[in-house]
Amino acid sequence: MKLNSEEIEILKIIEENHKISAATIASMVMSNEEKVRETIKKLEQQKIIMSYPTLINWSKVEGQEHTIAMIEVKVTPKRGVGFDEVAQRISRFPEVSSLYLMSGAYDLSITVEGRTMHEVASFVSEKLSPIESVVSTTTHFMLKKYKHDGVRFDSGDEKDRRMVVTP
Amino acid sequence: MTNGVSNYLSYTAKELKPSPIRKFFDLAASMEGVISLGVGEPDFITPWNVREATILSIEQGFTSYTANAGLLELREEISAYLQRGFNVDYNPVNQIIVTVGASEAIDLAFRAIVNPGDEVLIVEPSFVSYAPLVALAGGTPIPVSTSPANGFKITAEQIEAAITEKTKAILICSPNNPTGTALTRKELEEIARTVEKHDLIVVMDEIYAELTYDEEFTSFAAIDGMYDRTILINGFSKGFAMTGWRLGFLAAPAEFVGHMLKIHQYTTMCAPHMLQHGAIEALRNSYHEVESMRNSYRRRRNYVVDTLNNIGLDCHVPGGAFYVFPSIKATGLSSEQFAEKLLMEEKVAVVPGNAFGESGEGYIRCSYATSMEQLQEALKRMQRFVERRVGAVVK
Repeated sequence: MKLNSEEIEILKIIEENHKISAATIASMVMSNEEKVRETIKKLEQQKIIMSYPTLINWSKVEGQEHTIAMIEVKVTPKRGVGFDEVAQRISRFPEVSSLYLMSGAYDLSITVEGRTMHEVASFVSEKLSPIESVVSTTTHFMLKKYKHDGVRFDSGDEKDRRMVVTP
Repeated sequence: MTNGVSNYLSYTAKELKPSPIRKFFDLAASMEGVISLGVGEPDFITPWNVREATILSIEQGFTSYTANAGLLELREEISAYLQRGFNVDYNPVNQIIVTVGASEAIDLAFRAIVNPGDEVLIVEPSFVSYAPLVALAGGTPIPVSTSPANGFKITAEQIEAAITEKTKAILICSPNNPTGTALTRKELEEIARTVEKHDLIVVMDEIYAELTYDEEFTSFAAIDGMYDRTILINGFSKGFAMTGWRLGFLAAPAEFVGHMLKIHQYTTMCAPHMLQHGAIEALRNSYHEVESMRNSYRRRRNYVVDTLNNIGLDCHVPGGAFYVFPSIKATGLSSEQFAEKLLMEEKVAVVPGNAFGESGEGYIRCSYATSMEQLQEALKRMQRFVERRVGAVVK
Protein backbone atom coordinates (compact mmCIF):
# COMPACT_ATOMS: atom_id res chain seq x y z
CA MET A 1 0.00 0.00 0.00
CA LYS A 2 1.39 3.38 -0.96
CA LEU A 3 1.33 5.94 1.86
CA ASN A 4 2.12 9.64 1.66
CA SER A 5 5.06 11.17 3.53
CA GLU A 6 2.90 12.55 6.33
CA GLU A 7 1.37 9.12 6.99
CA ILE A 8 4.84 7.56 7.09
CA GLU A 9 6.01 10.28 9.50
CA ILE A 10 3.06 9.54 11.79
CA LEU A 11 3.86 5.81 11.74
CA LYS A 12 7.49 6.48 12.64
CA ILE A 13 6.50 8.72 15.54
CA ILE A 14 4.02 6.28 17.09
CA GLU A 15 6.28 3.33 16.44
CA GLU A 16 8.65 4.98 18.90
CA ASN A 17 6.00 6.05 21.40
CA HIS A 18 2.31 5.36 20.92
CA LYS A 19 1.33 7.30 24.02
CA ILE A 20 2.12 10.60 22.33
CA SER A 21 -1.02 12.71 21.85
CA ALA A 22 -2.57 13.44 18.46
CA ALA A 23 -2.09 17.16 19.15
CA THR A 24 1.64 16.69 19.66
CA ILE A 25 1.95 14.52 16.56
CA ALA A 26 0.10 17.21 14.62
CA SER A 27 2.71 19.77 15.72
CA MET A 28 5.55 17.43 14.80
CA VAL A 29 4.30 16.83 11.27
CA MET A 30 2.87 20.35 10.80
CA SER A 31 -0.69 19.09 10.40
CA ASN A 32 -3.84 19.39 12.50
CA GLU A 33 -5.07 17.21 15.29
CA GLU A 34 -8.27 16.06 13.60
CA LYS A 35 -6.42 14.95 10.48
CA VAL A 36 -3.87 13.03 12.55
CA ARG A 37 -6.67 11.20 14.39
CA GLU A 38 -8.31 10.27 11.10
CA THR A 39 -5.03 9.06 9.63
CA ILE A 40 -4.31 6.87 12.63
CA LYS A 41 -7.82 5.44 12.54
CA LYS A 42 -7.45 4.67 8.86
CA LEU A 43 -4.05 3.03 9.38
CA GLU A 44 -5.58 0.89 12.14
CA GLN A 45 -8.43 -0.17 9.90
CA GLN A 46 -5.99 -1.04 7.14
CA LYS A 47 -4.10 -3.21 9.65
CA ILE A 48 -0.94 -1.25 8.96
CA ILE A 49 -0.97 -0.34 12.64
CA MET A 50 -1.46 -3.83 14.09
CA SER A 51 -1.45 -3.19 17.83
CA TYR A 52 0.12 -1.07 20.55
CA PRO A 53 2.18 -3.45 22.69
CA THR A 54 4.23 -2.32 25.66
CA LEU A 55 7.72 -3.65 26.23
CA ILE A 56 7.98 -4.84 29.83
CA ASN A 57 11.09 -6.15 31.49
CA TRP A 58 9.39 -8.98 33.42
CA SER A 59 12.72 -10.31 34.64
CA LYS A 60 12.79 -7.36 37.04
CA VAL A 61 9.47 -8.31 38.64
CA GLU A 62 9.74 -10.87 41.38
CA GLY A 63 7.61 -13.94 40.80
CA GLN A 64 6.83 -12.93 37.23
CA GLU A 65 9.94 -14.24 35.50
CA HIS A 66 9.27 -15.85 32.13
CA THR A 67 10.95 -18.75 30.46
CA ILE A 68 11.48 -18.10 26.80
CA ALA A 69 12.65 -20.59 24.20
CA MET A 70 13.42 -20.23 20.54
CA ILE A 71 12.54 -23.36 18.63
CA GLU A 72 13.81 -24.31 15.20
CA VAL A 73 11.21 -26.47 13.48
CA LYS A 74 11.54 -28.55 10.33
CA VAL A 75 8.21 -29.26 8.67
CA THR A 76 6.98 -30.95 5.52
CA PRO A 77 5.21 -28.41 3.33
CA LYS A 78 1.90 -29.53 1.84
CA ARG A 79 0.96 -29.37 -1.80
CA GLY A 80 -1.22 -26.34 -2.50
CA VAL A 81 -0.80 -24.64 0.91
CA GLY A 82 3.01 -24.84 1.34
CA PHE A 83 4.08 -23.86 4.83
CA ASP A 84 1.06 -21.65 5.50
CA GLU A 85 -1.27 -24.28 6.86
CA VAL A 86 1.07 -25.67 9.48
CA ALA A 87 2.36 -22.19 10.35
CA GLN A 88 -1.17 -20.88 10.93
CA ARG A 89 -1.93 -23.93 13.05
CA ILE A 90 1.11 -23.41 15.25
CA SER A 91 0.59 -19.65 15.51
CA ARG A 92 -2.82 -20.18 17.19
CA PHE A 93 -1.25 -21.54 20.38
CA PRO A 94 -1.16 -18.73 22.93
CA GLU A 95 2.28 -19.91 24.12
CA VAL A 96 3.70 -18.91 20.73
CA SER A 97 4.71 -15.26 20.85
CA SER A 98 6.33 -15.11 17.41
CA LEU A 99 6.60 -17.33 14.39
CA TYR A 100 8.60 -16.80 11.21
CA LEU A 101 9.24 -18.78 8.05
CA MET A 102 13.00 -18.90 7.54
CA SER A 103 15.46 -19.64 4.80
CA GLY A 104 18.29 -22.03 5.64
CA ALA A 105 18.68 -25.20 7.68
CA TYR A 106 15.18 -25.24 9.19
CA ASP A 107 11.78 -23.88 8.19
CA LEU A 108 9.99 -22.19 11.10
CA SER A 109 11.45 -20.16 13.90
CA ILE A 110 9.14 -20.03 16.88
CA THR A 111 9.41 -18.11 20.13
CA VAL A 112 7.56 -19.75 22.95
CA GLU A 113 6.94 -18.16 26.32
CA GLY A 114 5.99 -20.05 29.44
CA ARG A 115 6.11 -19.55 33.20
CA THR A 116 8.54 -22.40 33.72
CA MET A 117 10.89 -24.57 31.74
CA HIS A 118 8.47 -27.43 32.33
CA GLU A 119 5.65 -25.49 30.65
CA VAL A 120 7.75 -24.85 27.56
CA ALA A 121 8.93 -28.46 27.47
CA SER A 122 5.39 -29.81 27.61
CA PHE A 123 4.31 -27.43 24.86
CA VAL A 124 7.04 -28.86 22.63
CA SER A 125 6.42 -32.49 23.44
CA GLU A 126 2.62 -32.44 23.70
CA LYS A 127 1.53 -29.74 21.25
CA LEU A 128 4.23 -28.97 18.71
CA SER A 129 5.99 -32.27 17.98
CA PRO A 130 2.82 -34.35 17.49
CA ILE A 131 1.63 -32.09 14.62
CA GLU A 132 1.67 -34.26 11.54
CA SER A 133 3.85 -32.05 9.30
CA VAL A 134 6.43 -31.36 12.01
CA VAL A 135 9.53 -33.41 11.23
CA SER A 136 11.84 -32.26 14.01
CA THR A 137 12.31 -29.54 16.65
CA THR A 138 15.40 -28.04 18.30
CA THR A 139 14.70 -26.02 21.43
CA HIS A 140 17.03 -23.25 22.67
CA PHE A 141 16.24 -21.72 26.04
CA MET A 142 16.94 -18.02 26.34
CA LEU A 143 19.28 -17.17 29.20
CA LYS A 144 19.20 -13.36 29.25
CA LYS A 145 17.66 -10.55 27.23
CA TYR A 146 20.07 -7.79 26.21
CA LYS A 147 17.99 -6.16 23.51
CA HIS A 148 14.43 -6.60 22.31
CA ASP A 149 12.62 -4.76 19.51
CA GLY A 150 15.43 -2.23 19.27
CA VAL A 151 15.42 -1.46 22.99
CA ARG A 152 18.51 -2.25 25.03
CA PHE A 153 17.89 -3.68 28.50
CA ASP A 154 20.08 -2.30 31.31
CA SER A 155 21.34 0.51 29.07
CA GLY A 156 21.99 2.79 32.04
CA ASP A 157 25.59 3.22 30.88
CA GLU A 158 24.39 5.58 28.15
CA LYS A 159 22.87 8.33 30.26
CA ASP A 160 22.96 12.01 29.32
CA ARG A 161 26.40 13.25 30.26
CA ARG A 162 26.18 16.68 28.65
CA MET A 163 26.81 19.87 30.60
CA VAL A 164 23.67 21.93 31.26
CA VAL A 165 24.62 24.94 29.17
CA THR A 166 27.09 24.96 26.28
CA PRO A 167 27.60 27.46 23.46
CA MET B 1 56.87 37.46 41.73
CA THR B 2 57.31 41.00 42.82
CA ASN B 3 54.22 42.38 41.12
CA GLY B 4 50.66 41.09 40.89
CA VAL B 5 49.90 38.48 38.21
CA SER B 6 48.13 41.13 36.22
CA ASN B 7 51.43 42.81 35.42
CA TYR B 8 52.66 39.69 33.68
CA LEU B 9 49.61 39.10 31.52
CA SER B 10 49.39 40.01 27.86
CA TYR B 11 47.03 42.79 26.82
CA THR B 12 45.37 40.28 24.52
CA ALA B 13 44.59 37.89 27.34
CA LYS B 14 43.38 40.67 29.60
CA GLU B 15 41.15 42.19 27.00
CA LEU B 16 39.53 38.91 26.13
CA LYS B 17 36.09 38.79 27.72
CA PRO B 18 34.94 35.62 29.49
CA SER B 19 32.35 33.64 27.56
CA PRO B 20 28.98 35.34 28.09
CA ILE B 21 27.29 32.07 28.89
CA ARG B 22 29.71 31.24 31.69
CA LYS B 23 27.82 33.02 34.46
CA PHE B 24 24.61 31.41 33.37
CA PHE B 25 26.20 28.00 33.20
CA ASP B 26 27.42 28.28 36.78
CA LEU B 27 23.95 29.21 37.96
CA ALA B 28 22.18 26.41 36.09
CA ALA B 29 24.77 23.81 37.07
CA SER B 30 24.26 24.58 40.76
CA MET B 31 20.55 23.70 40.65
CA GLU B 32 18.78 20.34 40.85
CA GLY B 33 15.95 19.18 38.59
CA VAL B 34 16.73 21.59 35.77
CA ILE B 35 15.50 20.74 32.27
CA SER B 36 18.09 22.21 29.99
CA LEU B 37 17.31 23.66 26.59
CA GLY B 38 20.68 25.35 26.82
CA VAL B 39 22.81 22.59 25.38
CA GLY B 40 24.61 23.25 22.12
CA GLU B 41 25.15 19.63 21.20
CA PRO B 42 23.17 16.57 20.08
CA ASP B 43 21.32 14.44 22.62
CA PHE B 44 22.38 11.37 20.65
CA ILE B 45 25.47 9.43 21.60
CA THR B 46 27.94 8.88 18.74
CA PRO B 47 26.74 6.01 16.53
CA TRP B 48 28.04 2.69 17.80
CA ASN B 49 29.81 1.72 14.57
CA VAL B 50 31.99 4.83 14.95
CA ARG B 51 32.77 4.11 18.59
CA GLU B 52 33.47 0.47 17.76
CA ALA B 53 35.86 1.36 14.92
CA THR B 54 37.74 3.65 17.28
CA ILE B 55 38.03 1.00 19.97
CA LEU B 56 39.38 -1.37 17.33
CA SER B 57 41.98 1.17 16.21
CA ILE B 58 43.21 1.48 19.80
CA GLU B 59 43.33 -2.31 20.10
CA GLN B 60 45.37 -2.47 16.93
CA GLY B 61 47.80 0.09 18.29
CA PHE B 62 47.08 3.17 16.17
CA THR B 63 48.57 5.45 18.80
CA SER B 64 51.25 7.36 16.88
CA TYR B 65 51.14 10.81 15.27
CA THR B 66 49.56 11.05 11.86
CA ALA B 67 50.46 13.37 9.01
CA ASN B 68 49.91 16.97 10.12
CA ALA B 69 46.93 17.32 7.82
CA GLY B 70 45.44 14.09 9.15
CA LEU B 71 45.37 10.54 7.79
CA LEU B 72 45.33 10.62 4.00
CA GLU B 73 42.66 7.91 4.10
CA LEU B 74 40.45 10.23 6.15
CA ARG B 75 41.14 13.22 3.90
CA GLU B 76 40.17 11.07 0.93
CA GLU B 77 36.89 10.22 2.65
CA ILE B 78 36.30 13.90 3.47
CA SER B 79 37.00 14.81 -0.14
CA ALA B 80 34.53 12.18 -1.36
CA TYR B 81 31.97 13.32 1.23
CA LEU B 82 32.24 16.97 0.14
CA GLN B 83 31.95 15.90 -3.49
CA ARG B 84 28.87 13.68 -3.14
CA GLY B 85 27.13 15.74 -0.46
CA PHE B 86 27.84 19.29 -1.54
CA ASN B 87 29.21 19.04 -5.06
CA VAL B 88 32.52 20.73 -4.21
CA ASP B 89 35.85 19.36 -5.30
CA TYR B 90 38.87 19.41 -2.96
CA ASN B 91 42.12 17.53 -3.44
CA PRO B 92 42.77 15.37 -0.37
CA VAL B 93 46.52 15.79 -0.76
CA ASN B 94 46.81 19.56 -0.42
CA GLN B 95 43.38 21.11 0.14
CA ILE B 96 42.08 19.53 3.34
CA ILE B 97 43.23 19.64 6.97
CA VAL B 98 41.75 17.52 9.75
CA THR B 99 41.53 19.77 12.81
CA VAL B 100 40.78 19.51 16.52
CA GLY B 101 37.15 20.52 16.18
CA ALA B 102 35.77 23.06 13.73
CA SER B 103 36.89 25.60 16.35
CA GLU B 104 40.54 25.00 15.51
CA ALA B 105 39.73 25.27 11.80
CA ILE B 106 38.17 28.71 12.37
CA ASP B 107 41.18 29.77 14.42
CA LEU B 108 43.55 28.64 11.63
CA ALA B 109 41.53 30.50 9.03
CA PHE B 110 41.68 33.81 10.90
CA ARG B 111 45.33 33.43 11.81
CA ALA B 112 46.20 32.73 8.19
CA ILE B 113 44.38 35.70 6.68
CA VAL B 114 44.21 38.47 9.30
CA ASN B 115 46.78 41.27 9.61
CA PRO B 116 46.74 43.82 12.44
CA GLY B 117 44.00 46.31 11.71
CA ASP B 118 42.11 44.07 9.30
CA GLU B 119 38.39 43.97 9.88
CA VAL B 120 36.44 40.74 9.76
CA LEU B 121 32.67 40.92 9.54
CA ILE B 122 30.85 38.54 11.86
CA VAL B 123 27.22 37.89 11.04
CA GLU B 124 25.28 38.11 14.30
CA PRO B 125 23.63 36.69 16.34
CA SER B 126 26.48 34.22 16.22
CA PHE B 127 28.36 31.49 18.00
CA VAL B 128 30.39 33.02 20.83
CA SER B 129 33.90 32.14 19.57
CA TYR B 130 34.17 33.98 16.28
CA ALA B 131 34.81 37.53 17.47
CA PRO B 132 37.37 36.52 20.14
CA LEU B 133 39.21 34.37 17.57
CA VAL B 134 39.44 37.34 15.19
CA ALA B 135 40.80 39.45 18.05
CA LEU B 136 43.32 36.74 18.99
CA ALA B 137 44.52 36.77 15.39
CA GLY B 138 45.15 40.52 15.72
CA GLY B 139 42.14 41.65 13.70
CA THR B 140 39.06 43.66 14.53
CA PRO B 141 35.76 41.80 14.58
CA ILE B 142 32.92 43.89 13.21
CA PRO B 143 29.46 42.61 14.12
CA VAL B 144 26.88 42.74 11.34
CA SER B 145 23.44 42.42 12.82
CA THR B 146 20.72 40.53 11.05
CA SER B 147 17.09 41.32 11.53
CA PRO B 148 14.30 39.15 12.94
CA ALA B 149 11.98 40.63 10.32
CA ASN B 150 13.41 38.31 7.70
CA GLY B 151 14.26 35.39 9.95
CA PHE B 152 17.79 36.58 10.79
CA LYS B 153 19.01 36.11 7.25
CA ILE B 154 21.95 38.30 6.34
CA THR B 155 21.33 40.50 3.31
CA ALA B 156 23.69 42.05 0.80
CA GLU B 157 22.65 45.53 2.02
CA GLN B 158 23.55 44.74 5.62
CA ILE B 159 26.97 43.52 4.51
CA GLU B 160 27.48 46.59 2.27
CA ALA B 161 26.72 48.91 5.17
CA ALA B 162 29.46 47.37 7.32
CA ILE B 163 32.20 47.30 4.73
CA THR B 164 35.15 49.69 5.05
CA GLU B 165 38.47 49.78 3.23
CA LYS B 166 39.86 47.63 6.05
CA THR B 167 37.39 44.81 5.58
CA LYS B 168 39.26 41.63 4.70
CA ALA B 169 36.82 38.82 5.28
CA ILE B 170 33.38 37.81 6.43
CA LEU B 171 32.37 34.89 8.62
CA ILE B 172 29.00 33.30 7.94
CA CYS B 173 27.52 30.29 9.69
CA SER B 174 24.61 28.56 7.96
CA PRO B 175 22.61 26.85 9.32
CA ASN B 176 23.26 29.25 12.15
CA ASN B 177 23.85 28.88 15.85
CA PRO B 178 21.87 30.39 17.68
CA THR B 179 19.06 31.29 15.24
CA GLY B 180 18.85 28.04 13.25
CA THR B 181 18.55 30.18 10.12
CA ALA B 182 19.61 28.39 6.94
CA LEU B 183 20.46 30.40 3.84
CA THR B 184 19.12 29.18 0.50
CA ARG B 185 21.15 28.93 -2.69
CA LYS B 186 19.54 32.12 -3.99
CA GLU B 187 20.42 34.04 -0.83
CA LEU B 188 23.99 32.76 -0.93
CA GLU B 189 24.26 33.87 -4.56
CA GLU B 190 23.25 37.39 -3.58
CA ILE B 191 25.86 37.45 -0.81
CA ALA B 192 28.42 36.14 -3.31
CA ARG B 193 27.91 39.17 -5.57
CA THR B 194 28.74 41.51 -2.68
CA VAL B 195 31.71 39.39 -1.68
CA GLU B 196 33.03 39.56 -5.22
CA LYS B 197 32.40 43.28 -5.52
CA HIS B 198 34.43 44.03 -2.39
CA ASP B 199 37.02 41.32 -2.94
CA LEU B 200 36.43 39.56 0.40
CA ILE B 201 37.45 36.19 1.75
CA VAL B 202 34.62 34.13 3.22
CA VAL B 203 35.14 31.91 6.22
CA MET B 204 32.10 29.68 5.93
CA ASP B 205 31.09 27.64 8.96
CA GLU B 206 28.99 24.74 7.64
CA ILE B 207 29.15 22.61 10.79
CA TYR B 208 25.33 22.24 10.77
CA ALA B 209 25.14 21.32 7.07
CA GLU B 210 23.82 17.82 7.81
CA LEU B 211 21.03 19.31 9.91
CA THR B 212 19.10 21.15 7.22
CA TYR B 213 15.40 20.37 7.08
CA ASP B 214 13.46 22.17 4.40
CA GLU B 215 15.65 23.17 1.47
CA GLU B 216 18.55 21.15 0.20
CA PHE B 217 21.79 22.42 1.73
CA THR B 218 24.04 24.45 -0.57
CA SER B 219 27.70 24.90 0.26
CA PHE B 220 29.02 28.41 -0.25
CA ALA B 221 32.04 27.01 -2.11
CA ALA B 222 29.64 25.62 -4.71
CA ILE B 223 28.36 29.10 -5.61
CA ASP B 224 29.77 30.48 -8.88
CA GLY B 225 33.06 32.30 -8.36
CA MET B 226 33.24 31.59 -4.61
CA TYR B 227 35.46 28.50 -4.53
CA ASP B 228 38.68 30.52 -4.69
CA ARG B 229 37.55 32.88 -1.90
CA THR B 230 36.09 30.39 0.52
CA ILE B 231 37.63 28.69 3.52
CA LEU B 232 35.15 25.94 4.20
CA ILE B 233 34.74 24.80 7.80
CA ASN B 234 32.95 21.61 8.72
CA GLY B 235 33.29 18.71 11.13
CA PHE B 236 31.77 15.71 12.80
CA SER B 237 30.35 17.26 15.98
CA LYS B 238 26.78 18.07 15.08
CA GLY B 239 25.61 15.92 12.17
CA PHE B 240 27.41 12.79 13.38
CA ALA B 241 26.85 13.45 17.11
CA MET B 242 30.60 13.55 17.83
CA THR B 243 31.06 16.79 19.81
CA GLY B 244 33.40 15.42 22.45
CA TRP B 245 35.71 13.92 19.85
CA ARG B 246 36.87 17.38 18.82
CA LEU B 247 37.23 16.50 15.16
CA GLY B 248 36.66 19.00 12.41
CA PHE B 249 38.14 19.83 9.07
CA LEU B 250 38.69 22.67 6.68
CA ALA B 251 38.89 22.73 2.92
CA ALA B 252 40.19 25.61 0.84
CA PRO B 253 42.33 26.53 -2.16
CA ALA B 254 45.78 24.92 -1.83
CA GLU B 255 47.69 28.12 -1.10
CA PHE B 256 45.49 28.97 1.90
CA VAL B 257 45.78 25.41 3.13
CA GLY B 258 49.58 25.46 2.88
CA HIS B 259 49.78 28.41 5.26
CA MET B 260 47.12 27.13 7.63
CA LEU B 261 48.94 23.81 7.75
CA LYS B 262 52.09 25.51 9.08
CA ILE B 263 50.12 27.01 11.96
CA HIS B 264 48.31 23.73 12.64
CA GLN B 265 51.63 21.88 12.58
CA TYR B 266 53.24 24.14 15.19
CA THR B 267 50.25 24.49 17.50
CA THR B 268 48.56 21.11 17.28
CA MET B 269 50.72 18.66 15.30
CA CYS B 270 47.74 16.54 14.32
CA ALA B 271 44.30 15.42 15.46
CA PRO B 272 44.28 12.27 17.63
CA HIS B 273 45.11 9.23 15.51
CA MET B 274 42.59 6.73 16.87
CA LEU B 275 39.73 9.20 16.59
CA GLN B 276 40.53 9.76 12.94
CA HIS B 277 39.78 6.07 12.37
CA GLY B 278 36.38 6.63 13.93
CA ALA B 279 35.83 9.57 11.58
CA ILE B 280 36.62 7.38 8.57
CA GLU B 281 33.94 4.94 9.72
CA ALA B 282 31.52 7.84 10.31
CA LEU B 283 31.89 9.04 6.73
CA ARG B 284 31.70 5.56 5.23
CA ASN B 285 28.88 3.94 7.13
CA SER B 286 26.74 6.39 9.10
CA TYR B 287 24.38 7.55 6.40
CA HIS B 288 21.28 5.95 7.89
CA GLU B 289 22.07 7.01 11.45
CA VAL B 290 22.64 10.60 10.35
CA GLU B 291 19.40 10.59 8.41
CA SER B 292 17.45 9.18 11.31
CA MET B 293 18.87 11.83 13.69
CA ARG B 294 18.00 14.54 11.16
CA ASN B 295 14.41 13.29 10.92
CA SER B 296 14.12 13.20 14.68
CA TYR B 297 15.37 16.80 15.00
CA ARG B 298 13.01 17.97 12.28
CA ARG B 299 9.96 16.55 14.08
CA ARG B 300 11.05 18.12 17.35
CA ARG B 301 11.71 21.45 15.64
CA ASN B 302 8.17 21.49 14.23
CA TYR B 303 6.72 20.68 17.63
CA VAL B 304 8.77 23.29 19.50
CA VAL B 305 8.14 26.11 17.01
CA ASP B 306 4.41 25.40 16.97
CA THR B 307 4.20 25.24 20.76
CA LEU B 308 6.27 28.38 21.37
CA ASN B 309 4.08 30.34 18.98
CA ASN B 310 1.01 29.00 20.76
CA ILE B 311 2.23 30.12 24.17
CA GLY B 312 2.92 33.62 22.92
CA LEU B 313 6.65 33.55 22.19
CA ASP B 314 6.95 34.49 18.50
CA CYS B 315 9.25 32.16 16.73
CA HIS B 316 10.28 31.86 13.06
CA VAL B 317 10.72 28.39 11.58
CA PRO B 318 14.48 27.83 11.45
CA GLY B 319 15.69 25.85 8.45
CA GLY B 320 18.47 23.99 10.24
CA ALA B 321 20.66 23.25 13.28
CA PHE B 322 18.83 22.28 16.50
CA TYR B 323 17.98 25.70 17.88
CA VAL B 324 14.94 27.91 17.89
CA PHE B 325 15.29 31.58 18.66
CA PRO B 326 11.95 32.92 19.89
CA SER B 327 11.23 36.51 20.79
CA ILE B 328 10.51 37.11 24.46
CA LYS B 329 9.56 40.77 23.98
CA ALA B 330 5.91 40.08 24.85
CA THR B 331 6.96 39.39 28.43
CA GLY B 332 8.53 42.80 28.87
CA LEU B 333 11.72 41.20 30.19
CA SER B 334 15.24 41.46 28.86
CA SER B 335 16.86 38.29 27.55
CA GLU B 336 18.94 37.86 30.67
CA GLN B 337 16.04 38.57 33.03
CA PHE B 338 13.89 36.08 31.15
CA ALA B 339 16.52 33.35 31.25
CA GLU B 340 17.35 33.94 34.88
CA LYS B 341 13.76 34.13 36.13
CA LEU B 342 12.74 31.12 34.03
CA LEU B 343 15.57 29.16 35.59
CA MET B 344 14.77 30.24 39.14
CA GLU B 345 10.98 29.96 38.90
CA GLU B 346 10.50 26.99 36.59
CA LYS B 347 13.89 25.31 36.42
CA VAL B 348 14.22 25.49 32.68
CA ALA B 349 17.59 26.59 31.30
CA VAL B 350 17.72 28.57 28.05
CA VAL B 351 20.47 30.87 26.81
CA PRO B 352 19.80 34.63 26.69
CA GLY B 353 19.97 35.83 23.08
CA ASN B 354 22.31 38.72 23.84
CA ALA B 355 25.05 36.15 24.62
CA PHE B 356 25.29 35.80 20.85
CA GLY B 357 25.58 39.50 20.07
CA GLU B 358 23.59 42.66 20.66
CA SER B 359 21.05 41.85 17.98
CA GLY B 360 20.08 38.79 20.03
CA GLU B 361 18.59 41.01 22.76
CA GLY B 362 14.90 40.30 23.13
CA TYR B 363 15.38 36.65 22.17
CA ILE B 364 16.40 33.40 23.81
CA ARG B 365 18.06 30.34 22.33
CA CYS B 366 16.31 27.05 23.02
CA SER B 367 17.97 23.85 21.90
CA TYR B 368 15.58 21.05 20.99
CA ALA B 369 18.35 18.46 21.13
CA THR B 370 16.60 16.81 24.03
CA SER B 371 13.94 14.10 24.30
CA MET B 372 10.30 14.79 23.39
CA GLU B 373 9.28 14.04 27.00
CA GLN B 374 11.71 16.66 28.30
CA LEU B 375 10.67 19.17 25.63
CA GLN B 376 7.00 18.71 26.50
CA GLU B 377 7.67 19.27 30.18
CA ALA B 378 9.96 22.26 29.51
CA LEU B 379 7.39 23.93 27.27
CA LYS B 380 4.65 23.33 29.85
CA ARG B 381 6.80 25.14 32.41
CA MET B 382 7.57 27.94 29.96
CA GLN B 383 3.87 28.37 29.24
CA ARG B 384 3.16 28.83 32.96
CA PHE B 385 6.00 31.32 33.17
CA VAL B 386 4.85 33.34 30.17
CA GLU B 387 1.22 33.36 31.32
CA ARG B 388 2.30 34.89 34.62
CA ARG B 389 4.33 37.58 32.85
CA VAL B 390 1.93 38.45 30.10
CA GLY B 391 -0.89 38.50 32.63
CA ALA B 392 1.14 40.95 34.72
CA VAL B 393 1.78 43.18 31.71
CA VAL B 394 -1.91 43.34 30.85
CA LYS B 395 -2.84 44.29 34.42
